[in-house]
Amino acid sequence: MERVRKVIATSKRIPLETVTNESDFQQLGIDSMDAVEILFALENEFDINIPDEEVRSVRSVRDMCEGVEKLIAAKAAEAQAGQ
Amino acid sequence: MRRVAITGLGAICALGRTTAEVAESLRQGRPAIGPIESTDVSEIRFQNGAEVRGYCHQPYFDDRRADFIDRFAQFAIIAAREAVAEAGIAWTPELRANTAIVTGSCVGGQTSEDTGFREVYKLGHNRVHPLTIPKTMANAGASHISMEFGITGPAFTIATACSSAAHAIGQAFWMVRNGLADLALAGGSEAPFSFGMLKAWEAMRVVSPETCRPFSKDRKGMVLGEGGAILVLEPLEAALARGARIHGEIAGFGMSADACHITQPSVEGAARAMRAALRDAAISPEAVGYINAHGTGTVANDVTETAAIRAVFGPHADRLAVSSTKSMHGHALGAAAAIECVATLLALRDGVLPPTANYSQPDPECDLDVIPNRAREAQVEWALSNSFAFGGLNAVLALRKY
Repeated sequence: MERVRKVIATSKRIPLETVTNESDFQQLGIDSMDAVEILFALENEFDINIPDEEVRSVRSVRDMCEGVEKLIAAKAAEAQAGQ
Repeated sequence: MRRVAITGLGAICALGRTTAEVAESLRQGRPAIGPIESTDVSEIRFQNGAEVRGYCHQPYFDDRRADFIDRFAQFAIIAAREAVAEAGIAWTPELRANTAIVTGSCVGGQTSEDTGFREVYKLGHNRVHPLTIPKTMANAGASHISMEFGITGPAFTIATACSSAAHAIGQAFWMVRNGLADLALAGGSEAPFSFGMLKAWEAMRVVSPETCRPFSKDRKGMVLGEGGAILVLEPLEAALARGARIHGEIAGFGMSADACHITQPSVEGAARAMRAALRDAAISPEAVGYINAHGTGTVANDVTETAAIRAVFGPHADRLAVSSTKSMHGHALGAAAAIECVATLLALRDGVLPPTANYSQPDPECDLDVIPNRAREAQVEWALSNSFAFGGLNAVLALRKY
């Protein structure tokens, strides 16, 4: 999920290469306000809604990528059902 | 230095439209949180707020006067009218010139601003209503109070987010104590239920999707509120000389800045403000029997505030009662500290400590006596009212039973 890493790096204004799938938010110095900014940027990037309950357990880039993938898949399924 | 008496109280919020109604709701521990009605919230993640339900400018203002005054400033005037009437002030030109007005507001006339900006941004019109600026400005409450009563002394407004009204009452208290004013009307008002404002709060992810449960393990965040509260302050000797009813005293005020983070609270900053208030009132921590907590119901605030209270009070923290009335009247931002100052004074005056409503599960990190769900009869001499704003600007009032 290159795009998720890119959103995190752009939002936090840190070099892309410092954001790896293994990075956790604490290592990257991401605090609660940084996190809500990243969620906002991800919602815009992928045109999804990230519910508050889903984000409580997210602590790492990997968690974030998995969560975003799940929401994108749900959105695609919903669009297909709509057709 | 003069002792400062509170001789008038006025309040309008979700709990009631007069101080007596608010007092009764607090006594019953009855939360006034419910579905938001004044704004369409179908596109917003949270649905609940603590509104002045069914509010209309009538019978308080005729239509033409109301055209000039945003809802937030209307609340300030309504509260000031009640406080002034109750204090039984006999106005003279000299007194009007020596009376101060200090109000707090965090966001000003949001509904007027939202309506105006929607015209240009969304509806594509090329003009905004000419009263948008005077209705939106955060000092409109203070200005309209001055016009309502012909008060010509120092008047200003303080904007320190959720601490605004505490800073306002604190400044007014110091002005009266030090002889800079012979009377003061102090408090705050807020009406933040505009669509844009609600969207901005939604984005911060600190608003509860259900209700507000301060200090409870299952708390999910704050709930927005609205309203206004105004206090009449005067020197104790003057109040006694004219035979005024004295509701209590403001005896100390303390401020601090966290110098830490724009939204995360700090234990040390909060503790320094409480210590400063105790020092200003010249009392020991052990004298305090009740704290009206900032108690927003967010994960971060309640843990930090508990730790700060423990840092200031040591073992005495287990002997004092702490409650968050935001569980009932919501978080009214720039008006919060004024409503809570009234709640604290009523607790001292009437001997009934208001509860923390909606409390369901103990949290080991918030292990104080939070007066869960039911008001408690107790005679307390000293109380603190805590306010810890976003931006790390803290203000604490020390109040005394008279």
